[in-house]
Amino acid sequence: MKFWISAAIVLAAAVAAAVTVKNEYFFFAGYTVLVFVTLATAWNILGGYAGYVNFGTPAFFGLGAYTAAVLFKAFAMPLVLQILAAGVMSGLLGLAAGVLTLRLRGIFFAIATIALVVIMETLFINWRFAGGATGLQLLRPPPMPPFESYIKMLFVLAVAIAIVAVAVARWIEQSWIGRGLRAIRDSEEAAECTGVPTLRLKLFACTVSGALMGTAGACMPMYLSFIEPASTFNLNYAIGALASPMIGGTAHYLGPVIGALILSTLQQVVSVTISSEMNVLVVGVLLVFFVVAAPEGVLGLFKKWFRTSSK
Amino acid sequence: MVPDILKIEGVTKQFGGFTALNEVSLSIPQGERFGLIGPNGSGKTTLINCVSGALRNEAGRILFDGEDVSRLPAYQRTRRGIARSFQIPRPFASMSVVENLVVPLEYVVHRGSLRGADTRGEALAILRGMGLAAKADTPANQLSQVELRKLELARAMAARPRLLISDEAMAGLAPNEVDEVLAILFDLNRAGITIIMIEHIMHAVMRFSQRMVCLDAGRIICEGAPDAIVANPEVQRAYLGA
Ligand SMILES: Nc1ncnc2c1ncn2[C@@H]1O[C@H](COP(=O)(O)OP(=O)(O)OP(=O)(O)O)[C@@H](O)[C@H]1O
Ligand SMILES: [Mg+2]
Repeated sequence: MKFWISAAIVLAAAVAAAVTVKNEYFFFAGYTVLVFVTLATAWNILGGYAGYVNFGTPAFFGLGAYTAAVLFKAFAMPLVLQILAAGVMSGLLGLAAGVLTLRLRGIFFAIATIALVVIMETLFINWRFAGGATGLQLLRPPPMPPFESYIKMLFVLAVAIAIVAVAVARWIEQSWIGRGLRAIRDSEEAAECTGVPTLRLKLFACTVSGALMGTAGACMPMYLSFIEPASTFNLNYAIGALASPMIGGTAHYLGPVIGALILSTLQQVVSVTISSEMNVLVVGVLLVFFVVAAPEGVLGLFKKWFRTSSK
Repeated sequence: MVPDILKIEGVTKQFGGFTALNEVSLSIPQGERFGLIGPNGSGKTTLINCVSGALRNEAGRILFDGEDVSRLPAYQRTRRGIARSFQIPRPFASMSVVENLVVPLEYVVHRGSLRGADTRGEALAILRGMGLAAKADTPANQLSQVELRKLELARAMAARPRLLISDEAMAGLAPNEVDEVLAILFDLNRAGITIIMIEHIMHAVMRFSQRMVCLDAGRIICEGAPDAIVANPEVQRAYLGA
């Protein structure tokens, strides 16, 4: 209940901000941060709970973006339907990739997911209708009222998508499914021998995770009024999706949210004030710090402080 | 005649060119207390891995309750009633002790009817029986080696098996703790559960078992009552090394 009240407040605040705040840049930057909140939350379902490290985020994100773009070009499909279709397509990709790779353990699975990104990018580079290597220019339709700017509308949509992603992750984490995924991470063999259908659960996690990543990509073509393979299947999405849960903490559904807020906000600030190349350095420094000094992330640090101060 | 709950027929398992199990055949009637012994590396754990589904046997069949389970994934064998402990403990380290038991309770016992089930209460009851109740909310990665072994057995019991396989659950336990665990296994057996005990602690497995088998280099070299097994010259040779 508390969760849903908080979610409603966040959404209402987003709408209020979109209607009242004039400066467009805030929404332009905020949108990117929200995309990473969704990506990190989605990544954590398979990578954090089940312990299967996935470098393939750009494949799912990019397929979602291209699904939306192609449906818009072909049928001028409304945005909400684009988002749903993107989720379905990337979910199916998650399922298919899972069937092929989830029997592999650890490092082999991680390598297979990198290959997935290369395959998807090559596919879209060679698809003429989707713009090929040069990309596709897209003309935004007018925004839906009460929004007077398209970016502000996308911002509110991104908040809604992030909330859905967090709600799904939370539900998984707190149900028997989450316990099964944690059992898989701790010991796959013991999980099987205590009745956990490990392959099925991993497929489920991979499908849900992929679907949510797809919805995160769905609004990207409209956000940029443009889509092209190189930036859509960019490894930065893989790094952000993986680094944020590490920074925030993988054990709790709020970990990836906190991590993504910290990391991408910092990246936005750095790329505006210093340079966009410094972005990569920010991720690197933060990652090294957290992996070495706080392997349970910000949430783990909080817990430790709380425990020592209450003694 | 009591029907066999487990029937192993000509099971062979190879690792590369190495034959770890060589046409092993065994029948275990329902409700029996069965002891499996053999020197280090003789294939005891490998046989258990094949029965529980952690490994697939190349040849032969494994019948549980008359059904060939040798191609089923491990989780389905667990749901049919085969549970095991691991010789090298494999706790769910990120969970508390009680949550370790909730996993099989959710995935086996109350599968499909979780609503209203008191899995925590049931788990606590099992922990109490194992003398682990005080550690219920301790993270499993903070347990001692002895506690981990008890957790292995408790988690296997939580699946409410009909066949319980204990792979050296008593190694490292103090004599009074060995007696405790033996008493628990005797109780389970009285409740109708068939038990296979793998053990190097000879007096324990002899006291417990109604019938025993000795493996050596992947073959059964002797089968019979505990006294007969220890008296058997082949068993003595296998253990002492000829
Ligand atoms: N996964 C594996 N890959 C390769 N060889 C294995 C594997 N598992 C077991 N073996 C080998 O198979 C043989 C039997 O091992 P197993 O663990 O079954 O013996 P054991 O009777 O349980 O011994 P112990 O009393 O020491 O537990 C050993 O030689 C071991 O090295
Ligand atoms: Mg062994």
